[in-house]
Amino acid sequence: MFGKLDLSAIPFHEPIIMGTLVIVMLGGAALLAAVTYYRKWTYLWREWLTSVDHKRIGVMYIILALVMLLRGFADALMMRAQQAIAANGSAGYLPPHHYDQIFTAHGVIMIFFVATPLILGLMNVVVPLQIGARDVAFPFVNSLSFWLSAVGAVLVMMSMFVGDFAATGWVAYPPLSELGYSPTVGVDYYIWSLQVSGLGTLLTGINLVVTILRMRAPGMTLMRMPVFTWTALITNILIIGVFPVLTATLALLSADRYLDMHFFTNELGGNAMMYINLIWVWGHPEVYILILPCFGAFSEIISTFSGKPLFGYKSMVYATSSIGVLSFFVWLHHFFTMGSGANVNAFFGIMTSIISIPTGVKLFNWLFTMFRGRIRYHSSVWWTIGFMVTFAIGGMTGVLLAVPGADFVLHNSLFLVAHFHNVIIGGVLFGCLAAIGFWFPKVFGFTLNELWGKVSFWCWLVGFYLAFMPLYVLGLDGMTRRMNHYDDPTWQPWLVVALIGALVIACGIAALGIQLVVSIRNRNANLDMTGDPWDGRSLEWSTASPAPFYNFAHVPVITSLEPHWDAKKAGTAYVEPAAYEDIHMPRNTGAGFIIAAISLALCFALVWHIWPLAIASLLGMIAAFIVRTYDRDVDYYVPAAEVAAIERARYARLPKTHPTAATRYDEAA
Amino acid sequence: MSTTLATAGHGHAEHDDGSMTTVGFWIYLMSDCLIFATLFATFGVLAGATAGGPGGRELFSLPFVLTETMLLLLSSFTFGAGMLGAAAGRRRVLLGWLAVTFLLGLGFIVMEVHEFVELIHDGAGPSRSAFLSAYFGLVGTHGLHVLSGLIWLGVMMHQVLRFGLDGIVRRRLACLSLFWHFLDLIWICVFTFVYLREFTP
Repeated sequence: MFGKLDLSAIPFHEPIIMGTLVIVMLGGAALLAAVTYYRKWTYLWREWLTSVDHKRIGVMYIILALVMLLRGFADALMMRAQQAIAANGSAGYLPPHHYDQIFTAHGVIMIFFVATPLILGLMNVVVPLQIGARDVAFPFVNSLSFWLSAVGAVLVMMSMFVGDFAATGWVAYPPLSELGYSPTVGVDYYIWSLQVSGLGTLLTGINLVVTILRMRAPGMTLMRMPVFTWTALITNILIIGVFPVLTATLALLSADRYLDMHFFTNELGGNAMMYINLIWVWGHPEVYILILPCFGAFSEIISTFSGKPLFGYKSMVYATSSIGVLSFFVWLHHFFTMGSGANVNAFFGIMTSIISIPTGVKLFNWLFTMFRGRIRYHSSVWWTIGFMVTFAIGGMTGVLLAVPGADFVLHNSLFLVAHFHNVIIGGVLFGCLAAIGFWFPKVFGFTLNELWGKVSFWCWLVGFYLAFMPLYVLGLDGMTRRMNHYDDPTWQPWLVVALIGALVIACGIAALGIQLVVSIRNRNANLDMTGDPWDGRSLEWSTASPAPFYNFAHVPVITSLEPHWDAKKAGTAYVEPAAYEDIHMPRNTGAGFIIAAISLALCFALVWHIWPLAIASLLGMIAAFIVRTYDRDVDYYVPAAEVAAIERARYARLPKTHPTAATRYDEAA
Repeated sequence: MSTTLATAGHGHAEHDDGSMTTVGFWIYLMSDCLIFATLFATFGVLAGATAGGPGGRELFSLPFVLTETMLLLLSSFTFGAGMLGAAAGRRRVLLGWLAVTFLLGLGFIVMEVHEFVELIHDGAGPSRSAFLSAYFGLVGTHGLHVLSGLIWLGVMMHQVLRFGLDGIVRRRLACLSLFWHFLDLIWICVFTFVYLREFTP
């Protein structure tokens, strides 16, 4: 009846896990009680859970990512604490099996449930606004995608309290991840959480590509698209290109585990290296999926706050596209030690080095954009400058690792760990935080507190260097990754420094939380009345802040690369239109939420081999989807009078004088 | 430039603009194609890994598979005939051909299941060797796609009856038709690289 599930699945004997469970349950109960007390259930259901508004879905993605960041970072702190003390015969405080789950969960959460939802959330919020669209191509699919991602995150969280998580490392290499060596449900949780969230990501990829290709405002040719939209386009093409490979690869691994097949086993002809190739055919483009939109965000930020058009727009587009193409030809550098021979290794080593060229082009473009600009040092600019320095270092250590000979020495060492944190924290995370600060007012109508933003930046930056520079040293000194304890006493001081770095980063995360609270409390002092708080250049700054649910009352006609900037110069930016028209919008639907909720039951049943529930929920998902196809009431028209009322209120709020140059910036901090 | 001016922004007025869905569905098919590409690559790597078990030449019966193939190819033709009926607005013609397509597809699935059952019965199930895992994985995934196609066909026949040939139904029929022909294409690759390959001298 319950498959493999019984009470022994709950780790009562683990005080750390049980303590966390109590905190999570108390927090959850408090949240539910608050929603009930303030009678917000209907609001939550009508305005958020069933919303197909791309901005709200984007916000929910970002909230999901920030919540999961706390979990993933807690894992990081535990690892750093363990390694800081587990020397000289001390076993530390984390038993190996628990430690192995923590580093696996840390990687999985940070990539799939922090970085990916941050990127998807930003693209969801920004892309339609930048191209003058009122929503995405398939709004219902968008809602479904988000909820599938959320289900994946819920599964990972559940694994901590019911059963266990994979103890294999974040890419779950076989044969370790096969049933013989990982007999518990940990790898099954891993598989199903990635399958369900991966499906969501793929659907978003298709959705945004069609949105960008088919829903741009009239006149916006491809070469008039803002750079962020360009990077989003390439990223989504990459998503479509590689997430199917991840799906197929994990499906084959589950065939091994569930149906006794032999794709990657040691026995009967299975080939584990096939898995390792396939997972990196997905995995390497995945890191470009994460970084490209951040490059786009940095481009928008640096150009806006330098008060200049982006230097080398075209070269930026070509660099982005060529990174997209090259990203498919570098996967083997993750396992030069496989033994594929000098020529194969040389090819992939050279391709890996070549990919740093378009990245270098971008870096110079940002520098030249700043050159002779009147730079305003907003916190988003600080993140960008911090990124440029940090990412350049990470890129150089990457080129070092791309040399097969060097890689044979550094493979799986802490040098590698330092390298990819260098590019992912210094690139993706800095980029997402810069972007959140930049576009926050567009969604919520007020700007974030600058002081706490800068405090957060400096904590993150200093913390990052303290936490990861020692790992480079340790890697060169021969310390391998994922060690539960070690014997060399000379490593310990470096690991203590790394722990201090992690604690400084913790202050950075706390500062982000304080920034959010302070900004919300003081929101009336920081309202963005113009819709253009940074003297922006692209289309999203031409509409109100917060953007109305239909984004634009009239679909703008585009005649240049920087439509809003040019309109401000021409004095046509804030002219109220004489008349309004009915606007066609998609209707909210609970179908995405319901289908995803059933998929949670399906995945849970599959993890625990509860076959009756699995069959019932699979049929339920199919039925719910079919029922949705019979729903013909999926859209409606916003009457022109309602649009007019909203727009008139906006124009009434507008300040009397509109700046046309970078003069309005308030050095609040 | 001018074409972009003319076409961009169409989607704003009408969300059920069929062309956008068709583009999206095309892209989905390409991503599905990559799933099959992965499975073909895996099959290519593992095809020789029979682990002392039976190989394809001993297991497959070409006339049987050829019959299966013919059923599927024929079903693509009958689907096409049905779409001609849909284009002409003739509902009964469309439904008739869809029913024939459904039966052909069902015949294909029944034959495939029969083949699988026989293989497992003869001790050549998917657990026997990496080669057989790859075989069952690839052919079975295609079979699951055909099964989904059958469910979709059934739903569409009902929707044609319920809603008539309106824009949404036509759009969905067009997508289903793409899906069905796509599965045919994949099957031709399966037939060539999985079955025929075994019998090359």
